Amino acid sequence: MSTAGFNSQNGTGTGQTYANGPSQNPVSLQQPPGGGYGMNHQPSYNPMQAKAPGPPGPGPYPFGQYQPVSSHQPGPQLSSYPAAPGQPLLSRPPMGGHPSYTPPQSASPSPGPRLPPAQATPLPPPPAATSTSYYPNPPQPMASAWQYNAASASSMSTPPRGPVANHVNPAASLAAPSPPSSAAYSSAPPPPPPPHMSHSPAQPSGPGLPPTSMHGYTQPGTAPPPMNPMVPNTYQPNRPAYGPPPAGPPPTMRPTPPPAGPPMTSGTPPPPKADAQCWGAVNSALPPAEPDFQEGDIECPGDVAGNGPQAPNSYNHVDSRMAPPTQPGPPGRHLGHYPSLPPGYQNTSAPPAPSSFHPAGQAATQPYTQGPQPYQQPPGGPGPAQLSSSLAAMSLQSSTPEALRVVNLLQERNLLPANPVPAPTPCLTQDLQKLNCNPEVFRCTLTSIPQTQSLLNKAKLPLGLLLHPFKDLSQLPVVTSSTIVRCRSCRTYINPFVSFLDQRRWKCNLCYRVNDVPEEFMYNPVSRSYGEPHKRPEVQNATIEFIAPSEYMLRPPQPAVYLFVLDVSHNAVETGYLSVFCQSLLDNINALPGDSRTKVGFITFDSTIHFYNLQEGLSQPQMLIVSDIEDIFLPTPDSLLVNLNESKELVQDLLKSLPNLFEKTMETQSALGSALQAAFKLLSPTGGRMSVFQTQLPNLGVGALQSREDPNQRASVKDVQHLSPATDFYKKLALDCSGQQVAVDLFLLSSQYCDLASLGCISRYSAGTVYYYPSYHHQHNPDQVERFQRDLKRYLTRKIGFEAVMRIRCTKGLSIHTFHGNFFVRSTDLLSLPNVNPDAGFAVQMSIEENLDDMQVVSFQAALLYTSSKGERRIRVHTMCLPVVNSLSDVFAGADVQAITGLLACMAVDRSVTASLSDARDAMTNAAIDSLTSYRQAVLTIQQPGLLAPACLRLFPLYILALLKQKAFRTGTSTRLDDRVFAMYQLKYQPLVFSMLMIHPALYRIDDLTDEGALNVNDRTIPQPRVLQLSVEKLSREGAFLMDAGIVMYLWIGRNCHPNFLSQVLGVPNYAAVPEKLHLLPELDTAESQRTRAFISWLRDQRPFFPSLHIIRDESQLKPHFMQNMIEDRTESALSYYEFLLHLQQQISK
Amino acid sequence: MAFTFAAFCYMLALLLTAALIFFAIWHIIAFDELKTDYKNPIDQCNTLNPLVLPEYLIHVFFCVMFLCAAEWLTLFLNLPLLAYHVWRYVSRPVMSCPGLYDPTTIMNADILAYCQKEGWCKLAFYLLSFFYYLYGMIYVLVSS
Repeated sequence: MSTAGFNSQNGTGTGQTYANGPSQNPVSLQQPPGGGYGMNHQPSYNPMQAKAPGPPGPGPYPFGQYQPVSSHQPGPQLSSYPAAPGQPLLSRPPMGGHPSYTPPQSASPSPGPRLPPAQATPLPPPPAATSTSYYPNPPQPMASAWQYNAASASSMSTPPRGPVANHVNPAASLAAPSPPSSAAYSSAPPPPPPPHMSHSPAQPSGPGLPPTSMHGYTQPGTAPPPMNPMVPNTYQPNRPAYGPPPAGPPPTMRPTPPPAGPPMTSGTPPPPKADAQCWGAVNSALPPAEPDFQEGDIECPGDVAGNGPQAPNSYNHVDSRMAPPTQPGPPGRHLGHYPSLPPGYQNTSAPPAPSSFHPAGQAATQPYTQGPQPYQQPPGGPGPAQLSSSLAAMSLQSSTPEALRVVNLLQERNLLPANPVPAPTPCLTQDLQKLNCNPEVFRCTLTSIPQTQSLLNKAKLPLGLLLHPFKDLSQLPVVTSSTIVRCRSCRTYINPFVSFLDQRRWKCNLCYRVNDVPEEFMYNPVSRSYGEPHKRPEVQNATIEFIAPSEYMLRPPQPAVYLFVLDVSHNAVETGYLSVFCQSLLDNINALPGDSRTKVGFITFDSTIHFYNLQEGLSQPQMLIVSDIEDIFLPTPDSLLVNLNESKELVQDLLKSLPNLFEKTMETQSALGSALQAAFKLLSPTGGRMSVFQTQLPNLGVGALQSREDPNQRASVKDVQHLSPATDFYKKLALDCSGQQVAVDLFLLSSQYCDLASLGCISRYSAGTVYYYPSYHHQHNPDQVERFQRDLKRYLTRKIGFEAVMRIRCTKGLSIHTFHGNFFVRSTDLLSLPNVNPDAGFAVQMSIEENLDDMQVVSFQAALLYTSSKGERRIRVHTMCLPVVNSLSDVFAGADVQAITGLLACMAVDRSVTASLSDARDAMTNAAIDSLTSYRQAVLTIQQPGLLAPACLRLFPLYILALLKQKAFRTGTSTRLDDRVFAMYQLKYQPLVFSMLMIHPALYRIDDLTDEGALNVNDRTIPQPRVLQLSVEKLSREGAFLMDAGIVMYLWIGRNCHPNFLSQVLGVPNYAAVPEKLHLLPELDTAESQRTRAFISWLRDQRPFFPSLHIIRDESQLKPHFMQNMIEDRTESALSYYEFLLHLQQQISK
Repeated sequence: MAFTFAAFCYMLALLLTAALIFFAIWHIIAFDELKTDYKNPIDQCNTLNPLVLPEYLIHVFFCVMFLCAAEWLTLFLNLPLLAYHVWRYVSRPVMSCPGLYDPTTIMNADILAYCQKEGWCKLAFYLLSFFYYLYGMIYVLVSS
């Protein structure tokens, strides 16, 4: 039905439609559930802060902030037996005996045939035309093998979106960012932007335009009729309504009930789809019972309007300064009109003052955008590259000099900025950049896309995207609409960067097809005005979520289904993880995302597989043992996965008794393969999430593995073997799982080699996650236990999307080359993600297949279609727009060094698996050499001695060296194979922000924390110490230093550390009294202690996993680990930073 | 003019090469379908993998025949492909079933392009060798 919507019906129907429009496109407002997500501390994220590159946003992943999804009362459970907790309720039949259950059918009882994988994912494949147009040319030859992609959310430095803007842009300023087209329609002077907070009385007349004017609308082809002028005028007053702070948007935004329209409807019945109910929901949409945000994702669909201008702001802060006016024309709405502008224009609009009028000439080219415009009209036309060099130099002065400033790496020692490195801002016009996607979600390695593949090859930099598509966002507009407007040819979702040719037609920014604007889309539910499609939330937000109608489902949305597969062999019981797991699940059982249909199930295994019948009505859980592991079957297909609400008491009983049940087991074998097969059979009818806990190498039945690691080779400088899987059993099973929408998350808690390279496949191709706790033991390793607990809590309660697919589209001419992350690639641009979780990052390598000659900008769109845990089908769409440049210096100026490093790491992981580790290391070094050589030869006009790099790439050699010394790629240092493989998984899977910490840890001196420059988050003062170079020379014996390496933190105490710090923070009288193993800072009531703890917990809150803290002294066992991260120093087997630079220089000047 | 063993080899090779040409065309079509999103990579790999070994075996088979017939030139011309096949099969990804193509990596643009190119090259080679065998057969028949 959505397609029908594209052909807007003209005629009489029009009037009604729009009059009733509101009801059709309700934008429901969801309010953040609690302060947890930082809505309350917006003020602290004000422009000032925003300008400072550093301060990370409020912890996007606050642990423990999740509210329980539902507070199910245990309810009147049938079974009310007095469960003596300590006593095993389950009767465990003798092992090895006959299965106590021999069901008639041994074959998998999986009911109903499932959709074949191809159909299982609902994203309609693009028409053939599209795909061919995307890939007209054969992909890049392998020669440029390092076609990198990258993209990922990064820099925590960007404050949360949305809220900021609200404060930054008071209502009055809204006029400026208002979309061009609005102004365009009016030839009247810019409406004064009075900060009306409510609709003016005149406003209601808006929707009810006189019939004549409606006629104007009905003829798409004609120029805007005279009524146009009134549109803006009439509605201008509404604009301010966009601005109210998000906290209270609904009330201010909707002072009047929908009525505006209705009175004028002249009695025509509302269109069928319209339901007043929806509209009501919109109006009163304060906190619609939107389940999802309870899970940690706060969505504020209601104030979409506010979002438009705001959201971007929050991460655009820098741009206003950076974006030179001469930037390529706005990709968006005017794309079609711009190219003809003479370059001369570029100068006229030099300062991007918001008030500047843009040159008259533009009027000629763009009838719609002209007129007095309150916002800055970006001059379109050629990008900077096309200007003469002198012009370019002039006009780009504000931005490029910094990025392209020549740095002699051999002379500049302190390259690291004091704060975390911010993501570079694309050279886009201000208003486009304002709309652009948050770099934490969507990031490109080159923020200026080279025009041709040959230019890209010349730059020797990888082109790619790094994505974090399902990130927990503090504010996310959600749109409910019966028609989701998409391009008819390439199926792109309408986005802020499309151009509206007139009110009735829009031009796709990916394939350039002209589409009709459906009637429904003409109505803007936010301002409740008609005829302003460009102000719809879809066109104002680069990140938006749609509630998908039924055509996006191939089957009814699945319920949330969780299956836990637990290793209960002797080894597992020894580690003691079972009680931690059971306790965590008991604590969070009500917080599992889901609705009334949520199902859970448990399987345990050692050398046999144990199922648990939890059917409602049983007095106690019933254990069923299947010892025939060669031909696994489900003993009772129906009652193993049970409704959580109905059988909650049984589940709780089981969890209480499980740890004791296997206390005395002597079974050492592990039949993981069979257990996985059983679990797959159990889940395949519905799909869902399988969480596997494994503590040893599976050594029985299918999927048995042998130890492949030779401990003597751990430190060898020769090539590392066995990085690829030993068997394809797990991969094949993962593909089967993927086809049935089952994702497998693997928790590996093991002290010995477990062959993660083979086991990990089960998660990798089913879009799961791997968690690894080396040497987990409940007594010997308390820090691992704490990490496991915290991770489990996050894991159990975080948002989850089921049966998801993600499609990444890009402007014609670009094509996707390779994907990185955990998923199965189903077609050239489609990833199959049985589950998607908020902590998953993806990377994509791109290549340029057709020259992007006549384009000023290109866009990328990632659309993630998933079923929320509440059974709603949703689509989250992110769109990013980047300028196209044709000179090498511009390409270099736009390089994003962190994204490049992240993408290179992904590529290097692939290379080490397919070729060899040394190959991968060489390739990384060559990446640095090649790009710097190319910079030196092609960009630098004056040849100076030294190792020269543009300022934006000055950290590149450092990051490459860091990668070479990273656990995943290092040689010569003893590294366990599993550790290495796990590091590789993380590099590929983690969002960029976190993988950057793994690659290049942050070092802070924390014995002299002050409140100077501190952040203020949630009434806590978070000191912001400087980031130090990773070199021992920065350490001093008088200080205490915190090294933050992602999943682990080290606090190194100098031998002569100030006694004040020791006593006030560590609570010990002197250095000698610092305990050998300390993982917790004592909670002392001193200012120093509070500051330190605030800082550490703030760092922790920013990530979805829990970094354990090790406090180490000079002679601690862990000191080598700490010192290994001193990347700039020389080690026995690796070069120091300076030596590495000399090596690069030597290669470059060769 | 006599019907020798060599002539028989050429006739057999002629027929088998015709079959190989179909194999090559099938590969090309299959990879094109993958590229244009028509097919699921898992299905496609499942259909392609069983064909890999038969193709290689057919080729090995008539190479052996030529060896027996002492057709050195023809054998020499076929050796590079033979060696390539051996190398290709030895360096295949870890798989439990016969075949070369792994659905998890096949969508990688590099691999896809490589497989497509391989298909075209083989098609060209088989076509040329088809005519060569035709010529060889007639030549053997006529000269003996």
